[in-house]
Amino acid sequence: MLKFPKSTVLIAASVFLSNPAFAEKLGLGRAALPEEIAAWDTDVRPDGTGLPVGSGDALIGEEIFADQCAACHGDFAEGIDNWPKLAGGADTLDHEDPLKTVGSYWPYLSTAYDYIQRSMPYGNAGTLSDDDVYSIVAYILYSNDLIDDDFVLSNETFLDVEMPNAAGFIFDDRAQAEYSQWSGDPCMENCKAEVKVTMRAMVLDVTPEETKAEETTAVVDATPEPVEEVVVEVAAFDAELAKAGEKVFKKCKSCHQIGDGAKNKSGPVLNGIFDNTAGVVDGFKYSKVMRKAGEDGLVWSETELAAFLAKPKKYMKGTKMSFAGLKKEKDQLAIVEFLKSLED
Amino acid sequence: MSDNKTGNSPSRRAFLRGAAAAGAGALTTSTASAQTGEPLITEVQPWAREFGDGVDAVRYGLPIEHESDVVRRNVEWLTADTVSSINFTPIHALDGTITPQGCAFERHHSGAIDLKKEDYRLMINGLVDTPLVFSYADLERFPRENHVYFCECAANTGMEWAGAQLNGAQFTHGMIHNMEYTGVPLRTLLEEAGLDTAGDLKDKWVFVEGADASSNGRSIPMEKALDDVLVAFKANGEALRKEHGYPVRLVVPGWEGNMWVKWIRRIEVTDAPVESREETSKYTDVLDNGIARKWTWAMDAKSVVTSPSPQSPITHGTGPLVISGLAWTGRGTITRVDVSKDGGKTWETARLAKEGEKMALTRFYLDTEWDGSEMMLQSRAMDDTGYIQPSKAQLREVRGLNSIYHNNCIQTWLVRSNGEAENVEVS
Repeated sequence: MLKFPKSTVLIAASVFLSNPAFAEKLGLGRAALPEEIAAWDTDVRPDGTGLPVGSGDALIGEEIFADQCAACHGDFAEGIDNWPKLAGGADTLDHEDPLKTVGSYWPYLSTAYDYIQRSMPYGNAGTLSDDDVYSIVAYILYSNDLIDDDFVLSNETFLDVEMPNAAGFIFDDRAQAEYSQWSGDPCMENCKAEVKVTMRAMVLDVTPEETKAEETTAVVDATPEPVEEVVVEVAAFDAELAKAGEKVFKKCKSCHQIGDGAKNKSGPVLNGIFDNTAGVVDGFKYSKVMRKAGEDGLVWSETELAAFLAKPKKYMKGTKMSFAGLKKEKDQLAIVEFLKSLED
Repeated sequence: MSDNKTGNSPSRRAFLRGAAAAGAGALTTSTASAQTGEPLITEVQPWAREFGDGVDAVRYGLPIEHESDVVRRNVEWLTADTVSSINFTPIHALDGTITPQGCAFERHHSGAIDLKKEDYRLMINGLVDTPLVFSYADLERFPRENHVYFCECAANTGMEWAGAQLNGAQFTHGMIHNMEYTGVPLRTLLEEAGLDTAGDLKDKWVFVEGADASSNGRSIPMEKALDDVLVAFKANGEALRKEHGYPVRLVVPGWEGNMWVKWIRRIEVTDAPVESREETSKYTDVLDNGIARKWTWAMDAKSVVTSPSPQSPITHGTGPLVISGLAWTGRGTITRVDVSKDGGKTWETARLAKEGEKMALTRFYLDTEWDGSEMMLQSRAMDDTGYIQPSKAQLREVRGLNSIYHNNCIQTWLVRSNGEAENVEVS
């Protein structure tokens, strides 16, 4: 058990003393059933309390990670755009802009398991099996060079993993380090000899524009850049290919919903996207370039979709879609075929 | 939260120049020439001749269209996606202390969810005598309390650690709101489940989690849980807004906003903190030497001049000027606010609109005369623990530049002779 900072204990004493007797019960609510508690009480603590029986390793984890996590966190857990970087950053904590990852910063491995099983994959939380979670955690450890690829992470080996920054935290010490020196009678006159402006926000210039000003200043070329020719056969619907595409679509699922009752997530609903105008899904807040491309007549034909999915950021600079792209042409074609099958 | 500092546009802030210039025409005091009276007075205006809207024209009112710029704003480069992001309360344009729900900042970790009252369940489990499940209707049958509290994100002003960066009080200090909450003390609910099983409560905790996909779990020491934490279902007299946790959220007075779990669905009594993602990898404060502070829950005393400020320039020229701002402390009540016009050389004590209230926003005013000369406006709050809001230099001396969270430094606005204001740092 960790010790409380002194100040907390003082509050504690007063709370307990001022209310020595507990109130009468009102008899409201009902008993929680064991299966209900089991469904919701899944938290995992530093000492391993709460870990389910299960296991996984980095090799299995790599595949699951590629399908479920890499769209945001990158193939090597290095993070795409502003999405969290999960690997790297060793020995950067005392540098300017430290890189705080699972490997470089997180004090407890339990936190990774606890968070992933409950809140990941993003937009499709709580769908991973226990073994999947062990495998993903193992892959993240492996990406941080903290385990070898033959290490099997399980409820039994969990506490064998040493987290590099486990000793990198202290309890709130503001009472000692700050409060005593920042109190007393404040200075009212002649507090400084001279005052000079040392830094100005206007110079850095990162404040968002007012919306109106933005529309006139943000001139972005919305015409899709020509990309390498993608040969797409104009053919009737190929059910086999669409089936293959459904598998590829796993990469997209954490951001895009499909089918009945689909809702916009980080990406728009994709029902009826094929052969439709770009940037028009109801209620989805598109990037300016995507909206503009649609207004300028971009239609998601086989060719355009395949080209977009090959390298989204290259095809459309400024798109919100933070997906690295489908390298294999066969995957591009398959997914286009699958998207064809999704009627609005 | 990212501390990315890359910019998005090289252009100067057209709207700021616009605001100052527009003020000269649009918002000046009334003027009548010697010969003819002001048409607004001498001629019958349409609104004085015709009907206005009937009742029921709007069943639930929004601010009039002329106030359409008083809205929450987002800083897109801060985060990867709006479903895990934050926006900012337009504090530069508000007065008084209560934040209207519709413009109170939002912070989501996986988006604002749609959870109906009838689908709402709150579970209390762990080291209790009887684990319980409450419905929304159950919560309404417990004795309730009303309290006004501020909720400040620990990252408020976090982008300013390394230097003056965002040009507007909304962006530098707008991760805060202040509402009157109605709810049931968490203590009451814990007692209903029975705490005898927990034994000595001094080393016990509650782990609280939300019903959304992020679940945002946090560990709270039992003494705080039994002290003043509320399980709230109303704010400013009406239901919580979806974006603030409808139908039920946790209110943790004076402590960082991340602990105010929205859509709260479970409260577990434990004998140790869970050390969740939000209390280890986030919301811990890295010091210069790479060691990080954890459990920095209380929000220290802080203040900011909301007007004049970069988004709220002086448009009326010289003469009487109201300098206005907000002060707050998570460790008690605000007792005094001083204002400096010269970057901290000399200070005058401002007038508190009302006596400070515990863990709630306090409005201050300095009613003054402006001679049109440049000002370096600052405010400095004091609370009833004797704490004095520090300068940025003092904070950096102890914490370095990488803390991100809990930046409660004194803010400086450089107000130019034309009335425009800019976020600056001073020596």
